[in-house]
Amino acid sequence: MAKNLEQFNMVIVGTGGQGLITLLQIISEAALAEGYDIRTSELHGLSQRGGSVEVHIRFGKKIYSPLVMRGGADLVLGLEMQEILNGIYFASLKTKFLINQFIIPISLKKPLSENEILNQLKKNSKNITIIPADKICQEKLQNSVVSGIYLISFATFKNLIPLKPESILKALKKIIPEKFLELNLKAFNLAKI
Amino acid sequence: MLFNKSGEKIILLGNEAIVRGALESGVNFVSTYPGTPASEIGNIFYKIAKDAGVYFEFSVNEKVALEAGIGASFSGLKTLVAMKNFGLNVCLDALIPFVYTGSKGATVIIVADDPSCHSSAQSEENSRFIAEAAHIPVLEPADPQECKDFVKLGYEISEKFKIPVIIRTTTRVAHQKAPVILGEIKSLPKPEAEFVKNKNQFVTLPPRVLEMKKELVEKIDKIKVFSEKSNLNKIIVSRKLNISGGVPPAIGNNKSKIGILASSIPYLYVMEALKELNLSLPVLKLGFFYPLPEKKINNFIKPLKKVLIVEELEPYLEKEVKRLAKESNCKLEVMGKELLPEIGELKPEYVTSAIAKITGKKYKLAISNLKSPVAKRLPQLCPGCPYWLVISAIKKAVDVNKVIFGGEIGCYMLFGNSPVDLQDYLSCMGSSVGIAHGIKKATGQKIISFVGDSSFFHAGIPALINTVFNKSNPLIVILNNQTTAMTGHQPHPVSAEAGTGIKIENVVKACGVKYVRTIDQSNQEEFSNTVKEFLEKDEVSVIIATLPCKFVTKK
Repeated sequence: MAKNLEQFNMVIVGTGGQGLITLLQIISEAALAEGYDIRTSELHGLSQRGGSVEVHIRFGKKIYSPLVMRGGADLVLGLEMQEILNGIYFASLKTKFLINQFIIPISLKKPLSENEILNQLKKNSKNITIIPADKICQEKLQNSVVSGIYLISFATFKNLIPLKPESILKALKKIIPEKFLELNLKAFNLAKI
Repeated sequence: MLFNKSGEKIILLGNEAIVRGALESGVNFVSTYPGTPASEIGNIFYKIAKDAGVYFEFSVNEKVALEAGIGASFSGLKTLVAMKNFGLNVCLDALIPFVYTGSKGATVIIVADDPSCHSSAQSEENSRFIAEAAHIPVLEPADPQECKDFVKLGYEISEKFKIPVIIRTTTRVAHQKAPVILGEIKSLPKPEAEFVKNKNQFVTLPPRVLEMKKELVEKIDKIKVFSEKSNLNKIIVSRKLNISGGVPPAIGNNKSKIGILASSIPYLYVMEALKELNLSLPVLKLGFFYPLPEKKINNFIKPLKKVLIVEELEPYLEKEVKRLAKESNCKLEVMGKELLPEIGELKPEYVTSAIAKITGKKYKLAISNLKSPVAKRLPQLCPGCPYWLVISAIKKAVDVNKVIFGGEIGCYMLFGNSPVDLQDYLSCMGSSVGIAHGIKKATGQKIISFVGDSSFFHAGIPALINTVFNKSNPLIVILNNQTTAMTGHQPHPVSAEAGTGIKIENVVKACGVKYVRTIDQSNQEEFSNTVKEFLEKDEVSVIIATLPCKFVTKK
């Protein structure tokens, strides 16, 4: 299946500081290991300071643009619930959404409720998965910093990302610094269940 | 990672690929001032320079960085200088004569633009203007592989023609990751650096300067011939998909009456669009922005009825093609900015729509249904940022409606966002002080002007001296967080790792400023009282806030 994959388009949305670039690195390394062409796009600098951030990951036989086309995402991964609305730009009715049930307030604004967000989303997708990844990681691992790793691992186990879980595991070992690796591997294993 | 072996395929960021390209070329001397989207180039060299046997420095500003590079090049070293677009403005005064004298050691200058201003205040600058203005060759890579390869080619051109070469990237090139096939890092013997006196080359004193200009123009003519032959400028024909999927594009000609001309990142959007639309059209991909291969362009457009120019920001290529078409194909319909935006970066869907329009192909985006606008989260000062204490002390000290607040480039430009709202003008590095002086002279209104530590050294000192020299009395708050924080915590002249012993207070005093106080802003009362006191002075006054960035104390 994977070998014949023409292309896979993924957008991760979240806020600066949530570790989007690390997730991008892990998925890209895993895709490279499976023999795919890859192009990604990320933002650095000003946008890191807690601003809205999106990163694009594309892999397949031959990829040109580093940006996912409007309406062209196969998967939108949201690390924060309000930010998922920024991901709708890249969605069509075929797009799958995987969302961290987690809200970071926006200063001077009333946070959107989960229901308001879901009502918007349901108009745009029939395939929405909501996972309280921060809560799970905090409860089971006493550390929610690995919620993103948990989510991409989950996505791979559920075939929301067409890569082998072993490839993600190998990429984790390559990318994550030694002293944080154990925690990250626990998050990966936690997602297996 | 940057010492991986030749032939390996690894994922690199555009900026990492630039570093690798410089290493594969045997670079000796690297200087930069950090600026997104070029910052990683300096960050990586800062880490690896010693092991790589390369001299590296974060210079005080881009002009000094380029001047250091010019000195190294004049002494025969292979040199790299990196900056963002605004840095080009800062170093322009040194750059133009450098193109006249030419390089001795091959020199490549990286300039990174930021269409859509993802990481830029002040303007959406397009650095392409420099090519014509300075007669400097400019190459435009589209992806990390080209970043690496074009840097190497840039050194070859510089070596061959004794001229510095600019590699222009944009955010989507510099911050794009893709697999790159590595070349070899040859362990070349380090060249014996020596400045050999040669007035004829290095001294621009008239009347020699005009002869130099003539020689430069002739050099560019020769590089134009090189550009005509270079496979950096090539015609690519996308093929239609067959049933099983995509086919790599073939190089050659076909008989289409519609063609596309593109360079840099827009080229990738063009190829994506052709795949999406399942169209086969000839594409002229330009790697050279200057000098342009005019013959190649003429040959490309001659048989066409329509050509679409796909470029970001101002229509430089479009104007050139229109000019060329007058001679080679006066009936040619040249389209570009009528179908594509001039403001903001391009996106693959914009390019797809434009190509669909000129070819008459139906294309409907599978777009989403989003009614309520999404709140865009603006960047904020980090929790625990020492600047919060400056903000609170000032808000306690003054009626913010009765004081003008001058801002400029650094983390503290976020003072412009709510709920802080302490920013009444914002321009370039160092300018808060210079503009404060002008407002003071014009109106006498009360002003507090913020300037960062790195910014103060970059361009604030001449402006401060000007307030003493020409007698105005703004209050200047120097925010010394001991690092160049916004671009990723690079060292500057007073950061701990620099170990220079320079003290900002001493510099300020030496500029002739009488009212100077260095205050730890956690002492709110002292800070507030000093603000009140200094605002009443009839001469310029300076407060230096000393608490370091949280990321410095974390190191």
